[in-house]
Amino acid sequence: MTGFEGWWPYVFIAVAGWLATDIWRWLGVVAGNRLREDSEALNWVRAVATALVAAVVAKLILYPTGVLETSPLWLRLGSIAVGAAAFFAAAQKPAVGIAAAILTLATGLYMLGF
Amino acid sequence: MEQENIASHTHWFLVGMRGIISLPAIILMLSFIGFCALTVQAGIPVEQVVFMTGAVWALPAKVILVGSMMAGANLLTAFIAVTLSSVRMMPMVAALVPEIRGQRTPTWLLLFLSHFVAITAWVYAMEKVESVPRERRVSFFAGFGITLVLANMLLVAIAYRYVATFPPIVAGCLFFLTPVYFLASIWNSARHRVIHIALVLGLAAGPLFYWLFPEFDILLAGLVGGTLAWAGEKLWRQKQEGGR
Repeated sequence: MTGFEGWWPYVFIAVAGWLATDIWRWLGVVAGNRLREDSEALNWVRAVATALVAAVVAKLILYPTGVLETSPLWLRLGSIAVGAAAFFAAAQKPAVGIAAAILTLATGLYMLGF
Repeated sequence: MEQENIASHTHWFLVGMRGIISLPAIILMLSFIGFCALTVQAGIPVEQVVFMTGAVWALPAKVILVGSMMAGANLLTAFIAVTLSSVRMMPMVAALVPEIRGQRTPTWLLLFLSHFVAITAWVYAMEKVESVPRERRVSFFAGFGITLVLANMLLVAIAYRYVATFPPIVAGCLFFLTPVYFLASIWNSARHRVIHIALVLGLAAGPLFYWLFPEFDILLAGLVGGTLAWAGEKLWRQKQEGGR
């Protein structure tokens, strides 16, 4: 690709972006349409989908990009641990867990001179 | 009767639209501001960034697409990189469809609406559909999904001019919001025990497979972690039933 002018970037985005993602969404509809709501197969699909998202989450925490790339791993894992502790202590309220994790991270970054 | 039906569909579409003012939608919009900064650095014109937001939608896929464009990759290489990162869409959509489809929901409508599935919309929909009447769930999801995409296209168009560099602490916390939100909300909204087990196993399997097979880490972590979670939960269930 040379530069970002003309119609070519739009073709590029449509093929390498749009089509490349939507084919999986369409296959998902085809597969999902065959699944009964109380079936064992749906249970398996749920488990695989959840594990996939969890793997994305783990990568975001362990291998972040941008500012956090240079932050220590112990601080990121510690923030998750504090967040998890607050989440379970507060009857699994997401907002409490999220706030606790972010506050821990912000405090840690501040103390490390970010 | 027919008119009442239409009114009720509109009502649930509007309820879905209202989801734009929710914690997950706001976190996603903050992530999109971060993405906007990335595209400014990459020198991609704003029209293309807006087009990309609507056409691709999933944020991780777009980050890979921008990376390919910056590297001057050819079309086939970019297609393969993006499509490999998006295989997860298939089980996500397949798990969502049985939850939202009604008795007579046409397949073409589901194919159209599947475009609006990405992690945030998926997590939000799986959490909320329980409280929506079965025959109105498609309207509800359409309201939420379409609004979320359009709002972020608009946001990107506006923010593109103004994204200044954030103070590092703010940028770091913005980035960290996404994984933390996904964890808390998936755990909180899970209606099946297998989801909790799959979440824990997926978290462990992600780094393990990144270390073993970095090219296919997410896919393998999902398949292996998810299958183990499913099999383990099934055994546990059978044991409980057998013990009774």
